[in-house]
Amino acid sequence: MDMAVIELSRLQFALTAMYHFLFVPLTLGLSFMLVIMESVYVITKRPIWRVITRFWGRLFGINFVLGVATGLTMEFEFGTNWAYYAHYVGDIFGAPLAIEGLMAFFLEATMVGVMFFGWDRLSRVQHLFVTLLVALGTNLSALWILIANGWMQNPVGAAFNPETMRMEVTSFKEVLFNPVAQAKFVHTVSAGYVCAATFVMGVSAIYLLRGKWTNVARRSMMVASAFGLASALSVVVLGDESGYALTDNQKMKLASIEAMWETEPAPAAITLIGLPDVAGRTTHGAIKLPYVMGIIGTRSLSGKIDGIEELVLRADERIHSGIIAYDAVEKLKQDRGNIAARAAFEAHKRDIGFALLLKRYMPDPRQANDGQILKAAWDTVPNVPVMFFLFRGMAALGFGFIAFFAMAFYCASACRFSKRWFLKIAVFMIPLPWLAIEAGWVLAEIGRQPWAVDGVLPTFLGASSLTVPQIWATIIGFTALYGTLAVIEIRLMIAAIRKGPEEHHEPMAAAQGFAPLPAE
Amino acid sequence: MHIPLDYETLRVIWWALLGVLLIGFALTDGYDLGVGALLPFVGRSDEERRLVINAIAPHWEGHQVWFILGGGAIFAAWPFVYAVSFSGFYLAMFLVLAALILRPVSFKYRSKHADAGWRNRWDWALFVGGFVPALVFGVAVGNVLIGAPFRLDSDLRMTYEGSLLGLFTPFTLLTGLLSVAMLALHGAGWLAVKIEEGPVLVRARAIARIAAVVTIALFLIGGLMVARGGMGMAINGTVDTQGPSNPLLSASVAAPGAWLGNYRAHPWMVLAPVLGLVGPLVALAGITARRGWLNLAGTALATTGIIATVGCSMFPFILPSSIDPRSSLTVWNASSSHMTLFIMLIVTVIFLPVVLTYTAWVMKMLGGRITLGDVRSNPDFY
Repeated sequence: MDMAVIELSRLQFALTAMYHFLFVPLTLGLSFMLVIMESVYVITKRPIWRVITRFWGRLFGINFVLGVATGLTMEFEFGTNWAYYAHYVGDIFGAPLAIEGLMAFFLEATMVGVMFFGWDRLSRVQHLFVTLLVALGTNLSALWILIANGWMQNPVGAAFNPETMRMEVTSFKEVLFNPVAQAKFVHTVSAGYVCAATFVMGVSAIYLLRGKWTNVARRSMMVASAFGLASALSVVVLGDESGYALTDNQKMKLASIEAMWETEPAPAAITLIGLPDVAGRTTHGAIKLPYVMGIIGTRSLSGKIDGIEELVLRADERIHSGIIAYDAVEKLKQDRGNIAARAAFEAHKRDIGFALLLKRYMPDPRQANDGQILKAAWDTVPNVPVMFFLFRGMAALGFGFIAFFAMAFYCASACRFSKRWFLKIAVFMIPLPWLAIEAGWVLAEIGRQPWAVDGVLPTFLGASSLTVPQIWATIIGFTALYGTLAVIEIRLMIAAIRKGPEEHHEPMAAAQGFAPLPAE
Repeated sequence: MHIPLDYETLRVIWWALLGVLLIGFALTDGYDLGVGALLPFVGRSDEERRLVINAIAPHWEGHQVWFILGGGAIFAAWPFVYAVSFSGFYLAMFLVLAALILRPVSFKYRSKHADAGWRNRWDWALFVGGFVPALVFGVAVGNVLIGAPFRLDSDLRMTYEGSLLGLFTPFTLLTGLLSVAMLALHGAGWLAVKIEEGPVLVRARAIARIAAVVTIALFLIGGLMVARGGMGMAINGTVDTQGPSNPLLSASVAAPGAWLGNYRAHPWMVLAPVLGLVGPLVALAGITARRGWLNLAGTALATTGIIATVGCSMFPFILPSSIDPRSSLTVWNASSSHMTLFIMLIVTVIFLPVVLTYTAWVMKMLGGRITLGDVRSNPDFY
């Protein structure tokens, strides 16, 4: 096994996924904001709202297209770079991806064409309905993708089949209603809404600061502040914590986020800040807040939170058990009718993934001694300092968004967005949701390491049989292509924002005798 | 959970659905690819090119989902095929992806800026985005017919022993060009019904006629090469059509000439190659007689027939191995589990008709010929 191939494949996946997720959140949120704006247009019939909808729709389009283009890569990368992963869990993981295409992506991609080209061909209500379908499609897409990702975090409803040497579905219902997936969906989608609301706030603030298109900007800010406040609250309130205490992996993730080396007795305290020391397995200068962790992690004051050292010992036990399952599978390969091996496999199959952790050190896990097994058990700890600081960064930004939108909501009624200091803050806020969102993904995926699928398949086993030059070629290729497109996209966005919400063409207004734009 | 269909039936259904998806992709996104590849040649001026682009502009996004769905469905129903083919054809896949990524961006960004050089660069990007995938898909199909150089170990981990340049042989280049000709015919046929009378239409018709003839010629030569080239595989001994998806439990061997055997065993399959030959003729007649429906029926039949020919010839093989026949992937040894196939079938039966219905609604809503007048006056146009 060539570790360079694995590390480069991980790098490529991280780059392409994080790049893809620059465009997705804005799509998720802006599509619903378009529905809100267009609803106001349909209800009030005031042309200004048509101008507003079409203006944000134009920015939506520029962004949407790159989301679609970069999503192509994601769909195929499991096959190109993670072929053994694709074989090993495709029976379960492939289904949500296919359903996403069929149920969600077809809808949004077909309707988005009508949304842009159908303004003059559809009635107002029909067009609003089309916009709504686009928003529904994009959000359903996210649901299916997060069901797939949630299964990697918490692989329910599946079991290893020694006859096909892969994981197979045992209960599709469990995969579908995976609590980790549901929690991730709500959290991720509302983060996208915050991103879009902040974007609309920021761009509108630029207009207000320059005194341009103020009638469009003020109305947009009204929508964005209400939408943003609701979303910012739900990101934090409905956030990831509901998924925490559910699985061993989430426990390890929680422990490493908290840099909690030893088990925290009830009532568990939360560490606000400190300096995790990996070598010494301790956290220096930790400032702790009593009781809070118990409430977040166990919803009680009596539950303890497992520490890293305890979880490692548990992993050590599971590796020992997994080796028995591994041995049984090897015997079943020789003789499918071996009853003793079948019984041993059934008793230990839940742990077979843990035996695979040893493949990093030896081709046959059965040869491992206790020292090597303990070393492999320690491999189940993700990068603690990265987790610790990323989480604090993300959470701080999350609370920052609540404060910002609360302020915006207040400004909307108190001063109708006339305070320049507030507008300057709004402009400054534009990039921050992207930082929080990318931090969230890195946190979720680093926190899953060393597993591609928690407890089932180590990441280093998932890669394809490729060579280092091949992967470098695609990394360089994607970086060059994506980099160029990013520059072009940002320039087009800026050009479209500069050009502003001009409307040359109002056939419906002319034909149906609407009143001219009211003066502000 | 009780599954009312047996494993064998579900596998055959999913083999057919794989064909439906590939054909669906070729029929919808296929004409977008064809139009992209023809863009610099049928449109000379900026306005003419915008006419061509707007003939597909409202639909390409939806059509491209057929490609994505194809990937997802292979992943869900034939995970082995997904894993082996995409990692095996690694750099070829990258070329396709890069070209396909360029395409949406080109559509959307080309007309956002009036500079002639800017627009010209995007036009060539659209050409690449149409031509390269069309060529590489064809080359890939040729390689599937020959067999790919991969083997499976006892953990069913795949190693691949080919290279990017190794994909290009005289036969696979021929299938690549056949794919380009077929999609160019389909794209030109679409332009012939979608844009107004004028120089662009005249050029599109001329290209469609040439593409029809070239398609027939390449299809015939390809068939001859398959027959004479000793391609083919067979399963040795009894076939366990209900068995677990594990290629190492079955025994495939090289069997030169076997790709033609199915037509003797199942004579109805001859329909596929016949359609592949009759389709282009019908399209030719439709183009010449200026009957839009005849033209489109012809290009659709051509595409369907040619793709179905590959599937029918190879059945039950999906992806044979050229270096280790035992590792070859077939309908019986490379599918998902019984339950996944069944659940995915239910989802497909419910949602595919829904998709087709709203796609038809959108086509109708945005129907009609595009004119230069529209291009000049409609601000929503690219």
